[in-house]
Amino acid sequence: MIKERLGKELLFFDGGMGTLLQERGLAPGELPETWNLTHVEDIRSIHSAYIEAGSDIVLTNTFGANALKFHDDRYQLEEIVSAAVQHVKQAAKPFIQNGRRVYTALDIGPSGKLLKPMGDLEFGTAYRAFREVVQYGEKAGVDLIHIETMSDTYEIKAAVLAAKENTNLPVFVTAIFDERGKLLTGADIPSLVALLEGLRVDAIGLNCGLGPSQMLPLLETLREYTSLPIIIKPNAGLPKQRNGETSYDVTPDTFASLMQQIVQNGACIIGGCCGTTPDHIRKMTEVCRNLPIQPPVPKQRTIVSSYGQFVELGTGSKIIGERINPTGKKRFKQALKEQDIDYILNEGITQEEHGAHILDVNVGLPDIDEAQTMRTVVQELQSVTSLPLQIDTVNANAMEQAMRIYNGKPMVNSVSGKQESMDMVFPLVKRYGGVVVGLTLDESGIPSTVQGRIEIAEKIIREAEKYGIPKKDLVIDVLTMTVSSEPNGAIVTLEALRRVREELGVHTVLGVSNISFGLPNRAVINSNFYTMALQQGLSAGIINPSSEDMMRSFYAFHALMNLDSNFEQYIDRFGQTQTATTDSKEKKVSSHRSLQSAIEKGLKEEARELTTTLLKTEQPLDIINQHLIPALDTVGKGFEKGTVFLPQLLMSAESAKAAFAIIKDIIKDFGAETQTKEKIVLATVKGDIHDIGKNIVKVLLENYGFSVIDLGKDVAPERIVQTVQEQGIRLVGLSALMTTTVVSMEQTIQMLRREAPACKVMVGGAVLNQEYADMIGADFYGKDAMQSVYYAQEVFQGE
Amino acid sequence: MTSREKEAIRYLGYGSHTVDEKTISMIADAFSSLDQVVQKRSVCRIFDMVFVDASRIQIGNLEIQSKNLGKNLKGCCKVAMFGATLGINVDRLIQRTSILNMADAVALQACAAAILEEYCDEIQRELEEQMQESGYYLRPRFSPGYGDFSIEYQSSVIAMLDCSKTIGLTLTDSCMMAPTKSVTALIGISDTKLSCHRQGCEVCTKTDCLYRRDTI
Repeated sequence: MIKERLGKELLFFDGGMGTLLQERGLAPGELPETWNLTHVEDIRSIHSAYIEAGSDIVLTNTFGANALKFHDDRYQLEEIVSAAVQHVKQAAKPFIQNGRRVYTALDIGPSGKLLKPMGDLEFGTAYRAFREVVQYGEKAGVDLIHIETMSDTYEIKAAVLAAKENTNLPVFVTAIFDERGKLLTGADIPSLVALLEGLRVDAIGLNCGLGPSQMLPLLETLREYTSLPIIIKPNAGLPKQRNGETSYDVTPDTFASLMQQIVQNGACIIGGCCGTTPDHIRKMTEVCRNLPIQPPVPKQRTIVSSYGQFVELGTGSKIIGERINPTGKKRFKQALKEQDIDYILNEGITQEEHGAHILDVNVGLPDIDEAQTMRTVVQELQSVTSLPLQIDTVNANAMEQAMRIYNGKPMVNSVSGKQESMDMVFPLVKRYGGVVVGLTLDESGIPSTVQGRIEIAEKIIREAEKYGIPKKDLVIDVLTMTVSSEPNGAIVTLEALRRVREELGVHTVLGVSNISFGLPNRAVINSNFYTMALQQGLSAGIINPSSEDMMRSFYAFHALMNLDSNFEQYIDRFGQTQTATTDSKEKKVSSHRSLQSAIEKGLKEEARELTTTLLKTEQPLDIINQHLIPALDTVGKGFEKGTVFLPQLLMSAESAKAAFAIIKDIIKDFGAETQTKEKIVLATVKGDIHDIGKNIVKVLLENYGFSVIDLGKDVAPERIVQTVQEQGIRLVGLSALMTTTVVSMEQTIQMLRREAPACKVMVGGAVLNQEYADMIGADFYGKDAMQSVYYAQEVFQGE
Repeated sequence: MTSREKEAIRYLGYGSHTVDEKTISMIADAFSSLDQVVQKRSVCRIFDMVFVDASRIQIGNLEIQSKNLGKNLKGCCKVAMFGATLGINVDRLIQRTSILNMADAVALQACAAAILEEYCDEIQRELEEQMQESGYYLRPRFSPGYGDFSIEYQSSVIAMLDCSKTIGLTLTDSCMMAPTKSVTALIGISDTKLSCHRQGCEVCTKTDCLYRRDTI
């Protein structure tokens, strides 16, 4: 089996296919995979040439053979795939002698579609498309699956899961990086390594995009991070475009000598991609055949990743933002119940801006569907922040679903020393990858001694090992006890922390703020305890990064311990403080503006300050009616007249929003019920991924006191109808950008008419006009965002 | 003011009106955040073309039916197809900003469109220089979705250029480009120079458009 040879000897892939097919007459836009049935001899002779040149592993001509990319009414996908496999096997036959083996690798290229949230392809749909192909491939007798030329970690995850869960074949993955070492969708090499090692693939590497010399520095990075055998399949140089033609200019001789360097630098499976020919491969095998390889070295790095970045625990300490959690937060609970995703996303972005490295995500509330909510929140967070996430739940289903759809290698919170917990969590970590937090408690509770906690940590490490989960993928939480009830609590925790780091060699995490329950001025205790924990070797603290006291401890610790070179972060954080304070004071003094004028001018900060000041002397409702509403009306009228423009309208809207937020908080603090507002559903229709217009309308409607249920973009008619029925909605706003999606707008309206005839529908979007809106049966066409506000007021008038 | 700033202001609907200072500084900020995330990529291929009739054009296996495109390509023997994109991180930035501040999001949207337009001009100019050496001249670019050149052709253009692999440009089921800040276009190539051809948005029949260049 090929698995036994991996990382022990040098193996050769084949070279380019596309360019050779074009030379043989493949027309632009023609599907190369159809040639498996129409041009059998051409395909076999290309395979033969590569095998003759010395290739050990030959890719089937199935790069685009998946249901998403391959649309051809004449041929079935299965026919195409099995013919492709047979072509390699037939071509190999004459060469299989004297113990030589030729492996058939099922070639899996990208689907050609972008996954949600940035595109419209569902993760599950991508998974099913890949599953179909790998099943055909295994049935046809391939030796391994090679997923290649991938530029999106999310699509890679779908393909790898499909391969691992539906076949028993080895899985190789190579991705297409640019010269800066980034995928088109943003991931860097360490992030890809973390993801793929988590998913337990068999070999990992680079192909396409670059020539061998550009791949050398990337190979170095790859080698620093991966414990797996490395594959390198470069193009014959960088593609050159001239006069509308693409060409590659690295000759077989040069290619071969560069590939020699590639082997010397750690690759053990090599081949070629675009522009390489059997000549390139022949020279390469001649030159490299007898080179010794650099066997893969296991790495002990603890890394979590997202689609765009990675975080390594180790040097210094990392901050895990704790704010996405409903515990003890009324406003957050309300947001979860109302599915107010924007509020949750805002919490995420705010923590990132305050310095969080990882975001903890806990959405556990008794009366919501936690698995569904967790999925939604994880996916939505991953469309606005590239920080890795920590999936925090005790619900097995929610944990699995979140780990499955997470784009990257997540942190998982948590497993404990209870057998039941380990039986549930470790199989998930084995399947999806992840760095898991191990809590030092078990069936008999939390041990009061240091030794007791160490023993549970050891038990967790041993049990993880049974699943092949290495120590580097565990982070131990020795638990913070409340000192007011357990005076010895901090001492035990800190000592256990030190011993876990020093004796067990495992990273550590702590939720810090429990320490101070029941004591006054908790920030003092929290931040000092945090510093002490950092000193004992805390790898990551779960804290509130918006807490100034905690962040002071964090930056001071790193500055003092020589973990902040040239005090860069410290100075960046605190260097400007003095001047900033004076500046804002001066601004306050010089500002004699009224709140109304601040909003009209779109001055958000001033609007905030002035609202706070006004609240000392005026009633919240009076501020709304006498300052905010008149300002919004003035701006709205100006917009209609053409004296105020969209950016200004929105700057005012954002200022008003900031003022409203402060007023709302005050009203809540006084315990007064906020008045029930009229609810409006907004959605960008199915098939449409442009939502800026809808978002503009949303801000304005909210300014005017309407409660907006924002269903997002690419929303199915059924979901809109369901929301309308469940919540008794009387007005829906739909947005569509193009003629192709106005069709779904019409379908949505028709369905609403049938299922919820009392509900009014307003529409807007670039291609719409009054005539078009009438044609599809809308009640109202809003030519701009203000019109939707006026129409909403009209619909709800007198109520 | 730079030309891309002027272009962004036009997209924001200002027409010939004076722009307030706050908006100007918002635009400057938008450009500087975009400059950090933009990943320009393009692909271009040249194909032979023949007219089946005045409104039917054959390019390889692809037949396009469009009067407007036919008019645009009249007299051409070759056609350049190109795809260009600013990359997915622009979409991510706009998405993130939409949560924080819609005014900034709208500015980013307009500025990204301006950067993309400028980038397409650059690609076209480069191609023009190369083609002139061989005695060819370019026509103005024309994109699927303009006039009667149906947006549905987008998928053929993207497939012929292998855009998803080469530049990461994909299509949704409803023919929308993802990343959204992307362009595909056809550029006619002819051995005769055609002067005084109206270019760009002035050709459009939607004369009451808020963003139209020649009415503002």
